[in-house]
Amino acid sequence: MLKSPSGVIGLVILLVAISVAVFGPMLFPNSPWRMVQRPFLPPFTLGAVPLGTDALGRDIFAGMIFGARVSLLVGLVSTLAALIVGVPIGAMAGYFGGKVDDALMRFTEFFQTIPSFALAIVLVAILQPSIYSIVASIAVVSWPPVARLVRGEVLSLRTREYVQAAVVTGQSNSWIILREILPNALSPVIVLASLMVATAILLESSLSFLGLGDPNLISWGYMVGAGRTVIRQAWWITVFPGIAILISVLGLNLIGEGLNDALNPRLSREGR
Amino acid sequence: MLSFVAQRVLKGVIVLLAIVVLNFFLIRLAPGDPAIVMAGEAGASDQVFVKQLREKFGLDKPLPEQLFIYVKGVVSLDLGFSFRQQAPVAKLIGERLPATLLLTLTAFAISLTLGILFGTFAARFAGTFLDTAITVFALIFYAMPIFWVALMGILLFSVTMDWLPSFGYETVGANLTGLAHAFDVAKHLIMPAMTLGLFFMATYTRMTRASMLEVKRLDFVKTARAKGLSDAVIQRRHVLRNALLPVVTLAGVHSGTLIGGAVITETVFAWPGIGRLMYDALLQRDYNLLLGVFVICSAMVLTFNLITDLVYRLVDPRIEYAA
Repeated sequence: MLKSPSGVIGLVILLVAISVAVFGPMLFPNSPWRMVQRPFLPPFTLGAVPLGTDALGRDIFAGMIFGARVSLLVGLVSTLAALIVGVPIGAMAGYFGGKVDDALMRFTEFFQTIPSFALAIVLVAILQPSIYSIVASIAVVSWPPVARLVRGEVLSLRTREYVQAAVVTGQSNSWIILREILPNALSPVIVLASLMVATAILLESSLSFLGLGDPNLISWGYMVGAGRTVIRQAWWITVFPGIAILISVLGLNLIGEGLNDALNPRLSREGR
Repeated sequence: MLSFVAQRVLKGVIVLLAIVVLNFFLIRLAPGDPAIVMAGEAGASDQVFVKQLREKFGLDKPLPEQLFIYVKGVVSLDLGFSFRQQAPVAKLIGERLPATLLLTLTAFAISLTLGILFGTFAARFAGTFLDTAITVFALIFYAMPIFWVALMGILLFSVTMDWLPSFGYETVGANLTGLAHAFDVAKHLIMPAMTLGLFFMATYTRMTRASMLEVKRLDFVKTARAKGLSDAVIQRRHVLRNALLPVVTLAGVHSGTLIGGAVITETVFAWPGIGRLMYDALLQRDYNLLLGVFVICSAMVLTFNLITDLVYRLVDPRIEYAA
């Protein structure tokens, strides 16, 4: 991982983003909702509000720092939730095979066919926008690839000798799946998970952009959405939060690629 | 081939029915008693009217029967009534569908053409500056949220340079006809289609590049080279044709994302398609309309998947000989 330059860049970006999310609000206690200056203050004019203010005189920089927390948290938690749903389904389908596999895979395919962003919109709208409904809907639309990946891995690991040995020694199915198979299927899942966090951040920002964000939390997508109508007067309100999204998603994608090269040397692409 | 098509169509229909059933339960999950909500939206809320509404829409019947009525309605293209817009949902969607198809298909064509082109270039010149440049650009476009690309496009091409219109489908009040009208629509289409296409272009570029490099190493390419075929023929006939298979699969998988992207793009550019309609329904909490659009989006994705399945069979050289 540390050998690939893109992986290192990604890691640095992620570490910066995490420290901003964790420590930023402590060092920068200005509430992002409070009016601190005149509205539409251009960026780089006042040291106290380096990135200017929005239509209500709120500090863009403060918004971006507090928004980092929401974006990363939603990205991580929803990916975790998707793994909690997807891994068991994929593991059971791959391990038991036959009718169980058929049924679970049809179920997975069904969810994969539904247009994911449209379903996420519908779910958040119906459950009412909150951080919980956002995390839940992102998890609902993003678990199918996990299940399919884990199924494939389990399917190939199931026939290995050490698994057969565990069967012969009379271990229970759940013990074999949890102790023998899943640890060996972990590396591709980690790669997928890092890419899923990036997708989840994009999804969250898109939902917030459409006005489906948690009304009590500031997020990058919300900020871009709020600045949209005044883009002709104040470009900075939409530009800066967008760059924050771009950089974090880019960082996570780079980490995913770096991990992929490090963990699956077989699959790593040449020419880089 | 025919039985294959029939099988796929049947499968698609079953999935669509399942989505309709899911939709039914989602409507029931929506906050508020539907009859009271509808009465409120219609501007009257006395008991008699609510009772009439219940009877009219079968809301007084047991749940399984309601489900049956709902599914029957959808099958005959009755997606319910939008009280906010005072029109049947199917009619509203029907009016907006052509604009969405125009946008998504143009974006799809742009992304696929440019993606394959750039991916092929990057693979052909792997390791050179050109390859690095294409790869870096693809990575950046891949990480940009669509709504932000849209706004940056407006900022650059409408606000700063004043080249392209920033919203709408045609110039309002211009009353153009014929070729002038088509040109006007095309001018309005460029930015939304490019915005929507860029993200997918990035994906196809990456996929084509990776897949071409993978295929290049295979034995049949060596054989072709040993036969003395020219490099261009090998690239086109042997490498590209095989390398495109995963790209076609990806195009099918991404059709859902394309529709999702259309919701955002249409919202930003005020493009009068079903994505914009979904956003309006969202703002007004018009659940009948919202879920109607959702069903139609799903149907579109299913159709698109079916087409990519067929295309896959057409382009896969291995299947050609087996059939």
